[in-house]
Amino acid sequence: MQNPAKGLRISSAVREGGPVVRVSGEVDLRTSPQMRDALLRVAGKTPKRLIVDLSDVSYMDSSGVGTLVEIKRLVERSGGRLVLVGLQPRVRSVFEVTQLDRFFDIAKDINDATHL
Amino acid sequence: MSALSQRKNLLELDLPSDPRFLCKVRRTVCDWSLQHRWTAQQAAKITLAVDEAITNIIRHVYKCDLNNRILLTVREVEEPSPGVEIRLRDFGQFCDPEQIQGRALEDVRPGGLGVHIIRAMMDFVEYAPAPGGGTLLVMRKFRASKAAKPEVAIDAEPRKRSANQ
Repeated sequence: MQNPAKGLRISSAVREGGPVVRVSGEVDLRTSPQMRDALLRVAGKTPKRLIVDLSDVSYMDSSGVGTLVEIKRLVERSGGRLVLVGLQPRVRSVFEVTQLDRFFDIAKDINDATHL
Repeated sequence: MSALSQRKNLLELDLPSDPRFLCKVRRTVCDWSLQHRWTAQQAAKITLAVDEAITNIIRHVYKCDLNNRILLTVREVEEPSPGVEIRLRDFGQFCDPEQIQGRALEDVRPGGLGVHIIRAMMDFVEYAPAPGGGTLLVMRKFRASKAAKPEVAIDAEPRKRSANQ
């Protein structure tokens, strides 16, 4: 049985508070490299604040969470800050069970994220 | 991916070690769980545990080689307690359970979270050598889960733009 699983949809924009990367879809072992590549491109510009909008991410496993840990470390090494926004309950719970909700800056929405 | 069996209380899948199939497996396991009277939240936990376990096999046992087999069995059990039993069998080198402990959560770095998530989602997790080689992972979730287990809310169906942040 063939199953061509869909990839992620990723877009980025520059807002007043910094670049915003919007991810849509399900983040798992297959799709997390796509998210990683997109975030690395933006993180490479050493932004003061990188906002990752996960409002349209319906599922994330440890592959996705691990990728975000890596990007957060990278952004912080150049003096920046990574902020996650719009976590759906199902995604947020993965951060909670791994206790990474304490490690990440998590904002309700992009407006809140720009004030962190 | 081929369904070996989908009898009343049994789901059997023969999977390639290919991450492209994870999405389909998640849908199948979640649907099976819902059909077997698990709540949406419980079904989501079962699904996440299966996803993480398969991910670990693909990554750590098969080193992302796509041309290997993984056998997944999901079935209702009555013993030792009513619930669901999930068996995942791979054909790689046996993984020593001592090396599958996952990392301490205080040690924040990418990777090493899958085992922790599996143990948090399920009530029983056991790795054993499979007859003929490879590893057999047995996970169980009981209808009456231990009250001491921290309850984490997980929804089976994603919500759009929830305000519950």
